[in-house]
Amino acid sequence: MSTPATGPQATGPQATGPQATGPQATSPQATSPQATSPQAVVPQGSAGTLHRGGPLGWLPITPAVALLLVFLAGPIGYCVYIAFTNMQLTGSSSTDFVGLANFRRAFADPEFRNAVWLTLVFTVISSIIGQNSLGLALATLMRRASRPVRTVTGIFVIAAWVLPEIVAAFLLYAFFRREGTLNAILDQLHLPSQNWLYSLPILAVSFANVWRGTAFSMLIYSAALNEIPQDITESAELDGAGGLRRFWHITLPMIRRSVATNLMLNTLQTLSVFGLIWAMTRGGPGNRSETLPVFMYDQAFLKSFIGYGTAVALLLLLISSLFSVVYLRLLKTEV
Amino acid sequence: MRRRTTERLAVDAALLVVAAAFAVPLLWLVLSSVDPHAGLRVRLPDNPGLSNYSDILTEDITFRPMLNSLILCGGATALTVASAALAAYPLSRYRSRFNRPFLLTVLFTTCLPITAIMVPVYALFVQTDLIDTVYGTALFLATSQLPFAIWLMKNFMDGVPMVLEEAARTDGASGMQTLRRIVLPLMGPGVMVVTIFSFIMMWGNFFVPFMLLLTPEQLPASVSVYNFFGNRGGQVAFGELAAFSIVYSTPVVLLYVLISRRLGSGFALGGAVKG
Repeated sequence: MSTPATGPQATGPQATGPQATGPQATSPQATSPQATSPQAVVPQGSAGTLHRGGPLGWLPITPAVALLLVFLAGPIGYCVYIAFTNMQLTGSSSTDFVGLANFRRAFADPEFRNAVWLTLVFTVISSIIGQNSLGLALATLMRRASRPVRTVTGIFVIAAWVLPEIVAAFLLYAFFRREGTLNAILDQLHLPSQNWLYSLPILAVSFANVWRGTAFSMLIYSAALNEIPQDITESAELDGAGGLRRFWHITLPMIRRSVATNLMLNTLQTLSVFGLIWAMTRGGPGNRSETLPVFMYDQAFLKSFIGYGTAVALLLLLISSLFSVVYLRLLKTEV
Repeated sequence: MRRRTTERLAVDAALLVVAAAFAVPLLWLVLSSVDPHAGLRVRLPDNPGLSNYSDILTEDITFRPMLNSLILCGGATALTVASAALAAYPLSRYRSRFNRPFLLTVLFTTCLPITAIMVPVYALFVQTDLIDTVYGTALFLATSQLPFAIWLMKNFMDGVPMVLEEAARTDGASGMQTLRRIVLPLMGPGVMVVTIFSFIMMWGNFFVPFMLLLTPEQLPASVSVYNFFGNRGGQVAFGELAAFSIVYSTPVVLLYVLISRRLGSGFALGGAVKG
């Protein structure tokens, strides 16, 4: 059963860490590798309950656990299995185990490497630089802006976030097209216009992702900045520290946890963007905006290499898991 | 004082530039929807009118896909909220050394990209005959939103003091009775936030129904609008597209406004971020 182990294994070490040494930890269960799997939560959890719970007390958790096991852990386990086969969309009878062939193929495939590179570019530009920095800048500036400006900015930035993904994709498709608004603006400014979706497709979808996702960072950072005690910034101001210095030496260190978690969430969100890119460029022209999710879809469904597409999906899942583990490490002390 | 004023003006100007950049694509949406001859550029319509709206308000283009979305997302939301509320109760009320691993697992799952598992989910759905069924798609949608819903729900439930339950407990009420009669009513706004938030996320979800539903008559608005747009190739009726986008987005925008106060104070995101 590799299925449910994928999740808990990763969370296991630090999750059991502090509590395994606690007074409640009974050695046989604590050393059992299954002790932390979601399956084990129901029966064993009841045994370890302090008061009130009792075996029946944990019954309410079963629908959620069942759904998560069947529709999440199941597919992840199945993903691991298919990735090692040559499953094709047609003729399911001829599925054979092919070992690491899919992965070897991926690493040798220039299109896969292209997708990895584009995913990296897309993530760094749109998430780490774009959404994160712009969100932080907006949150910081909004505290010093006049009320109407603050409201107007907030409304437009958040509206871009609330709109459904596919609507956002259309809006930005229209914006970046040759006949679109961006070129109209550039013409007015006497700047050279071009077909952005053709000449710089990865940049166009990256900007689209910034447009769509910045509100999330802005909200997180606004909340974080609100929690900084006023007197700290005020006393720094009295000491004569300028805006940038105050930001760099006081504000930033105080919100560094929010920065870390926001970066993590943004990155994971951006790694899995599909609809936005698919509706704007379909990964094209050629494969110049084909990030990993688009590449995976293309291989698995348009070219019907399910096994190969799944191997790519598994790699994407592994990358995300690494990020998630780091994220959980950051949160470790808080849960 | 003068420095203050200059600074404020500079900040205001900078923010307005950013706001304009965010507003331009939205402006296109609104203006094109009332422009019978809409193109790809932002421009003031010559003869503004509602003809785009009357063109798209047909059963095939608008009503059926919207109803499909409502059934799909409504059903999935109900399932998510019910399972999340049930799961959150023991997690919030009982002490066990499995709480923490379970919650960390849930949080870990929240971070995993659903996109990555769509290929095996598709293969699994084909083999179990769940493919192209609304209930199958709703089950998967519900599960994809469940980790975050459990997380939020547990945080809200932790805010309800135990004292009130103690009384009911001593009177012999069971866990389920206390949950239904005392805890859930007390955390009403929290449940509403989880419900609306889950619904918004599902309403906008494109990839899951795009993969799992095939019959055109079953497609929700997120996918039908994509087909509507894609199938017309070069001759996209942009005005109609804009009008439909507005109709399709209206419910989630209204729902967002309804919970924005809590979102604004960093609640949900905070739910996951602050732990």
